[in-house]
Amino acid sequence: MASDAQGESGGLVFHPMDQFIVKPLFGDGPVGMFTITNVTFWMALTILTVVLLLVVGSSGRSIIPSRAQSVAELAYGFIRKMVEDVAGKDALPFFPYIMTLFMFIVVANFLGLIPLAFTTTSHFAVSVVLALLVFITVTVVGFVKNGMAFLGLFWVSSAPLALRPVLAIIEVISYFVRPVSHSIRLAGNLMAGHAVIKVFAGFAAIAVVSPLSVAAIVAMYGLEILVSFIQAYVFTILTCVYLKDALHPSH
Amino acid sequence: MEGELAHIGAGLAAIGSGAAAIGVGHVAGNFLSGALRNPSAAPGQTAMLFIGIAFAEALGIFAFLVALLLMFAV
Repeated sequence: MASDAQGESGGLVFHPMDQFIVKPLFGDGPVGMFTITNVTFWMALTILTVVLLLVVGSSGRSIIPSRAQSVAELAYGFIRKMVEDVAGKDALPFFPYIMTLFMFIVVANFLGLIPLAFTTTSHFAVSVVLALLVFITVTVVGFVKNGMAFLGLFWVSSAPLALRPVLAIIEVISYFVRPVSHSIRLAGNLMAGHAVIKVFAGFAAIAVVSPLSVAAIVAMYGLEILVSFIQAYVFTILTCVYLKDALHPSH
Repeated sequence: MEGELAHIGAGLAAIGSGAAAIGVGHVAGNFLSGALRNPSAAPGQTAMLFIGIAFAEALGIFAFLVALLLMFAV
């Protein structure tokens, strides 16, 4: 797929999906279970950035906050308010988990926007793990908090009796499809955006359309900054919605 | 031949992205028209706006998934 896209006429000399290839960081060996790859590197950088921002940045606790402390406090307040508003006050024990999710995704998205960086969240392997963790957490919490009453989530008691079995089937399907749409939304949006930028970058080699394509890259980059944040926000807010369903399963 | 048909299918599945765009536009447009009628109530509903957009977008994502499967798995 990657090698057969060599353009002869100065067009697309690289494949737009080449940027998503997982390579070992040192040497050229095969990628095994424990190989240090570029994904490992950028994920470690993500975690380092989050720790620097949240732990070191807010450790001063000054009355007049520094820039890092302002950002850390802003992020904390933003997510805490979201959890309270969307999932309810009794979801606050899960706030650290949701905060971790949001910070990891948003920082990974923004780091992926640096030219030549690797976008870890654009891989399904990463986003599916995040979404499956949310799915399993929500299901376990639902059953632990409500027992068998959690199954009332699928039994729409406000609908006419004849309609309820049909709705139950639809509800069960929609429940199990959640991790699919949850994960692919994140990875798909980022992957598509980065691929579009690379497609325009391929056109930049043709002299006639070069200025247009550079302008398009700038415009797409601006859109990608927006998308990076919004997708992290949407992932987090959907986690809150699912958590609310688990804590209060009645319709 | 089958590979080419799969590519045509992937292109057809991309129509689903346009359908999702219509859905997202409906959500955002209706939110805006509601917000302009009662601007004071709008800030509290932005979370609902994004949840609605996410749900409208979900079906478009399945179209994207079908396209991906046709491109790389068939």
